[in-house]
Amino acid sequence: MLDAKIPEGPIEKKWDNHRFQTKLVNPANKRKFTVIVVGTGLAGGAAAASLAELGYNVKSFCLQDSPRRAHSIAAQGGINAAKNYPNDGDSVWRLFYDTVKGGDYRAREANVYRLAQVSNSIIDQCVAQGVPFAREYSGYLSNRSFGGAQVSRTFYARGQTGQQLLLGAYSALMRQVHLGKVQLFPRTEMLDLVLVNGQARGIITRNLVTGEIERHAADAVCLATGGYANVFYLSTNAMPCNVTASWRAYKKGALFANPCFTQIHPTCIPVAGDHQSKLTLMSESLRNDGRVWVPADANDKRKPTDIPEEERDYYLERRYPAFGNLVPRDVASRASKQVCDEGRGVGATRLAVYLDFAAAIERDGRDTIEGKYGNLFDMYQKITGENPYETPMRIFPAPHYTMGGLWVDYNLMTTVPGLFALGECNFSDHGANRLGASALMQGLADGYFVLPYTISGYLNNGLEAVDTNHDAFKEAEGEMREATEKLISNNGNRTVDDFHRELGRLMWDKCGMSRSAEGLNEAIQRIPQIREEFWNNVSVTGTAGQVNQVLERAGRVADFLELSELMCRDALAREESCGGHFREEHQTPENEAKRDDEGFAHVGAWEYKGQDKVPARHVEQLDFQEVKLTQRSYK
Amino acid sequence: MSEGMNLTIQVWRQDGPVDKGGLEIHQLTGISKDMSFLEMLDTLNNQLEEKGKDPIVFDHDCREGICGACSLFINGRPHGPEQGTTVCQLHMRSFKDGDTIVIEPWRASAFPIIKDLMVDRTAFDRIIQAGGYISAKTGNVPDAGAIPVNQGDAEKAMDAAACIGCGACVAACKNASAMLFVSAKVAHLSLLPQGKIEEQQRVLNMVETMEKEGFGNCTNTGACEVECPKEISLENIALLNRKWLKANIFSES
Repeated sequence: MLDAKIPEGPIEKKWDNHRFQTKLVNPANKRKFTVIVVGTGLAGGAAAASLAELGYNVKSFCLQDSPRRAHSIAAQGGINAAKNYPNDGDSVWRLFYDTVKGGDYRAREANVYRLAQVSNSIIDQCVAQGVPFAREYSGYLSNRSFGGAQVSRTFYARGQTGQQLLLGAYSALMRQVHLGKVQLFPRTEMLDLVLVNGQARGIITRNLVTGEIERHAADAVCLATGGYANVFYLSTNAMPCNVTASWRAYKKGALFANPCFTQIHPTCIPVAGDHQSKLTLMSESLRNDGRVWVPADANDKRKPTDIPEEERDYYLERRYPAFGNLVPRDVASRASKQVCDEGRGVGATRLAVYLDFAAAIERDGRDTIEGKYGNLFDMYQKITGENPYETPMRIFPAPHYTMGGLWVDYNLMTTVPGLFALGECNFSDHGANRLGASALMQGLADGYFVLPYTISGYLNNGLEAVDTNHDAFKEAEGEMREATEKLISNNGNRTVDDFHRELGRLMWDKCGMSRSAEGLNEAIQRIPQIREEFWNNVSVTGTAGQVNQVLERAGRVADFLELSELMCRDALAREESCGGHFREEHQTPENEAKRDDEGFAHVGAWEYKGQDKVPARHVEQLDFQEVKLTQRSYK
Repeated sequence: MSEGMNLTIQVWRQDGPVDKGGLEIHQLTGISKDMSFLEMLDTLNNQLEEKGKDPIVFDHDCREGICGACSLFINGRPHGPEQGTTVCQLHMRSFKDGDTIVIEPWRASAFPIIKDLMVDRTAFDRIIQAGGYISAKTGNVPDAGAIPVNQGDAEKAMDAAACIGCGACVAACKNASAMLFVSAKVAHLSLLPQGKIEEQQRVLNMVETMEKEGFGNCTNTGACEVECPKEISLENIALLNRKWLKANIFSES
């Protein structure tokens, strides 16, 4: 059933062959097609602009008041590409290899190779748009090493790379709005997907200003709606980030792949108290110079600066002498959880570890450290009130990115014909763990260089004319009105956030950095109970006919309450540890993740079987022709 | 939470664009100094929700100071009392026990109020649509290394490109002028070789749209620069004025 439609031929020729073999849409015919793009982040913004440039009519939707505020904007560190400008041995092949290995061998080779191939075109495109990447004195582009990569392949714009890349895509999108090729729908939320004859033909939306439920028809629908880390309530995602669009697509027949693959980022600012609304990530470039430690003795309550060197445990350097503080994200996160579980955590909550720059400041001078990390140190001080030049930072892991998402084939099409998924909302390129500076690369690759080609192969098949008067639209709209009405008229006693917090805590405990069959089974029992209580007892104030941020959140939390169960089922079914997925039953004697390549070198993709029914798990076997599967070792 | 602060919050409530609106007063107790300003509002909203009342509507998104969504006028200053800080990065340790805090929306005729503290800033998008870009179509570009850029210019372009489009400059200005916003985009693109080709048309079209959208004139008071959370420099406005003058002299129309 799951045909990834990987093109024939050697891996380095697949994309070229496929582009040649894909039927093109005649330029004069492109204006006859309308494409809906939901989301205006790097993937959605780039796709909408590029499709419009090709001549398609595009309808672009976003939750925010402007496309420029999509959450891609918050990415700090950089974007990878295989340019090899520093002449340090990088190549398309190496970027491909590193990405497959970094993903712990759970990604599809052909997709990753294509990603590495188009990575260079992304940098060209961004520079031409005026993205102000960092430069050397010579005027040429500057690169840095990122996330433990052995080559310098990361392009960056200070600590604001996501912002600058997004503003590039946004400007291209705005140009197409001006030219009349893109119709923009800001402050609009997708509520449902509309199928006609099994094909994606439109969406139902809610206008977040007027409350109006609206119908939009098209020839194809592209979701670029981001990840679902907010299932944990506290994450580094923006608070409005949600799974609703992908979840409704799942319930309309699109398979959801590897939902348990979530990334917990090691360098976030710890939780300060119950009021905490979100967590703030600090770029992992900090680990290039900062040393991670906790007191050797759990009862040591002294100020960090009073604890002598020999009574500190630099546990990453101790356990991983080769990589030290630069081990990949999943390894670093798990190690800090372990020391906190041992009672050696620091700070008021004891859920934090120190990231110490004293040695780096002594070695390189304060000015050098300030030049590298000044903006991050300032941000840390704003949030915590502590000065990291004088006392070590406190950090703790936080949910940050989700590798799982809608299953897509090589064309980025889901199992619903005409429904495409781009960027973080698909599952395709990062396997079980994403490398630093690769999310921006994938979002822009999908949007600028993959979808605009592959969509023509679908549109060429001939589609009958459909408009919003079709019964399918009427029916979907009716269901959405009913669901909205149900939430508004519930008159319960518990706030939406209260439910969301409860779910988040449960998911963090049972399906977070480490998972066990026992814990997952408990969660699978508990989640339907929370869900039932939610629908009986949630309180949604206000009316549906105007701005209502409580109603917006309620709809999103309702979907998280369903997705969470699927995540636990997926984590339970995957009887191995790999990347960000750590099953306590499957570890080496040294507490490292133990993969099972015989049993699980595959994608697990789930099919919706109806409300409160157990979903079906399908398998896409991953065929590794090019990369040899090895155990990751950072010792 | 016993050691937390007690605060009086005066917050603007307005049911819709045509509603008259007014300040509503709330007492908050036990507010932690470690809370962000928006978490303080979350706390207030949670209390309102628990009483079955409509919570206060305000825009927020990333809560990391980069998306530009948050837009509160606090005690007479856009984004509150701290220099170079968005509301979401403002923390309650900037206030004292017993303080009264007045929270209003951005006020400018080009930013109509939608509800409570939420305003419509789509005028900014329309200014960008008029020319705030380089017309580089996807794929139709040279190798990135083929366009060297003087490092100093690249840094200055980045300084200007750091604008988050929040509208604090407009809210701070007695004339509700959008000159700092427009000039930041014009400067970002004009400082790069890629952006010079369309410079004249860009400047003329963006300024024309800015005026059409109802933003006021710049009288060089500098309030925008002081209140900008990204500390965008007034020098950009000087650059915009030069470019605009030049474009007017040399443009063909």
